[in-house]
Amino acid sequence: MIRTEEMLLNVGPQHPSTHGVFRLVIKIDGEIIKEATPVIGYLHRGTEKLAENLQFTQIIPYTDRMDYLSAMTNNYVLCHAVETMMGIEVPDRAEYLRVIAMELGRIASHLVWWGTYLLDIGAVSPFLYAFREREMIINLLNELSGARLTFNYMRVGGVKWDAPEGWIEKVKDFIPYMRKQLKGYHDLVSGNEIFLNRVVGVGTYTKEDAIKYSLSGANLRCTGVKWDLRKNEPYSIYDRFEFDIPTREEGDAYARYQCRLEEIEQSLNILEQAVEQFPEGPTMAKVPRIIKPPKGEAYVRIESPRGEIGCYIASNGKKEPYRLKFRRPSFYNLQILPKLLKGENMANLIAILGAIDIVLGEVDG
Amino acid sequence: MMENLLSTPPNLTNFFILFSMALAFLFVVLGFVTYGILAERKVMGFMQGRYGPNQVGGRWGLLQTVADVLKLLLKEDTIPKAADKPLFILAPIIAFTPAFLVLAVMPFTDAFHFADIGIGLLYYIAISGLTTIGVVTGGWASNNKYSLLGGMRAAAQMISYEIPLVMSVIGVILFTGSLNLMDIVGAQEDVWFIFIQPIGFIIFLIASVAELNRTPFDLPEAESELVAGYHVEYSGFRWAFFMLSEYVYFFAMASLTTVLFLGGWHPVLFLDFIPGAVWFALKFSAIVFLLIWFRVTFPRLRADQLMEFGWKVLLPIALINIFLTAIVKEIFF
Repeated sequence: MIRTEEMLLNVGPQHPSTHGVFRLVIKIDGEIIKEATPVIGYLHRGTEKLAENLQFTQIIPYTDRMDYLSAMTNNYVLCHAVETMMGIEVPDRAEYLRVIAMELGRIASHLVWWGTYLLDIGAVSPFLYAFREREMIINLLNELSGARLTFNYMRVGGVKWDAPEGWIEKVKDFIPYMRKQLKGYHDLVSGNEIFLNRVVGVGTYTKEDAIKYSLSGANLRCTGVKWDLRKNEPYSIYDRFEFDIPTREEGDAYARYQCRLEEIEQSLNILEQAVEQFPEGPTMAKVPRIIKPPKGEAYVRIESPRGEIGCYIASNGKKEPYRLKFRRPSFYNLQILPKLLKGENMANLIAILGAIDIVLGEVDG
Repeated sequence: MMENLLSTPPNLTNFFILFSMALAFLFVVLGFVTYGILAERKVMGFMQGRYGPNQVGGRWGLLQTVADVLKLLLKEDTIPKAADKPLFILAPIIAFTPAFLVLAVMPFTDAFHFADIGIGLLYYIAISGLTTIGVVTGGWASNNKYSLLGGMRAAAQMISYEIPLVMSVIGVILFTGSLNLMDIVGAQEDVWFIFIQPIGFIIFLIASVAELNRTPFDLPEAESELVAGYHVEYSGFRWAFFMLSEYVYFFAMASLTTVLFLGGWHPVLFLDFIPGAVWFALKFSAIVFLLIWFRVTFPRLRADQLMEFGWKVLLPIALINIFLTAIVKEIFF
């Protein structure tokens, strides 16, 4: 008789495919996973606690560092929450700049996901192609905000400063270029037999499970739920644009892949309309010098590339928040992982974890 | 000349001659490995929209690999405390030696070859199978879970792909009636075997990529899953030995493909004023380029899909190919 033994394997915190300092303790029998326990917290910086001693404008740089792949949406959710509490009307031009910045960020974030996901699956080139395009977006955002990743661009009541001269034209030029590249991505990867073998039917969950685990973003839409806050609860000026919510029915890794790539396309549509309608005017509303939201509380939620990011503020009328809480989509999306991994093999682990698209800065807060 | 030397009684002179010839050949192979790696990085760079090495040794990065090897030589030689020390040291040697041994039977031109033995092809296949032992030993001796998984995968993969590899060349052997690689090249004077044996060629190509552990079959060292697979604990020159054996096999496999299916040193059509060595080098380079191209383009298969593909697809097709070849040969030749 052959005696087999379960092996306890630590995947991470230093592992090339956990996308940061994420640790997964798995029990494997051969290459089959019997049990998986995610261990998080290696990147915990206590953003929410730190915020309690900071003024609102001072908190914005901290939000940059949560979801560092699309910092603009994080900037926005905080500013949006404070604006909602104080009832500030944001000027049109500022809103357009915000939307353009956020959608560029969404494309950049999906590009990073696309590249790294294929790197996980074993294809090296897509990573470099994706980063080539992402670099262009980062340069655009750098011109706009003065930073490549941690933008700190939005302010309560508007944006830090207006776009530099000729910037909108550069965004205009970028859109057709990106469309062309996107087609190239599909040609290179989407129909590849090996790729399809790796992702179709892998990591499948149902609509009910997705809702039960409160998944959001592409992780939810891949099961057929048509839920995108930009459409369902329009914030900012998203009601002025025409775009679709890409959904799929299958609920597997390939469905998530398709949803994300189509989202890039929809973001390009939004960008196209936004740069077309781009108005003149001020970029900052009239806000008091020291921001003191009235006593009370507010919760706002918006659609980040990873899902539903929310911000809850409890204020006691001081210039610092009494309590600040972020609903970080990566953290919630990650919760379904142990369920998905049970009974899968090692190679699928990477394909499943990658398809969830987590950012560890956001998971750990 | 080689045969004459081998039939004389052993003495210091012919030992010295044989030794120096082997050494000279080793340098040829090392030269290929050095510039093969550079070529791979350059071609990959070209396909991925970047430059590749362009700093060390002029703008073509001609000394990059040399510098890399020097760095590896200077690195501290670490052996993990929990490792099985003798096996750990032995594994890279077991992996590398057969890689060099197989080159002995490779005919590069009708004049330039070492051992012209009757069962050259069988020798190649038998000896190259030994490398698996080195890989598994390395994976086991490291006492690391990742390298153990990598070593096991390597063993499973190499064994299951060796079979279709052997089966795919049987068609060639049937046509030639010999296992001698010189005879096989000789039989392709008029028509290359790639045209007579297209199915065999495709199976051979796929199986050889799997044998070489290259993308899309690079599971034993799947970087994103197993970090580096069986050589995760190796560093410095021991690691370099694993890499070296991999690239020497790359060299050997590209040569073997040229010999078996692309007509070795035979020229294309009437262009026989160009020497055979050049033709061999051209065909060889085409295969090398193709394999690098694969690496840039394809994602990686999953272990179970790899096994399924090997046993359920490649092996039956290879068997059918043998059957068809036998019928065709019986009827038409």
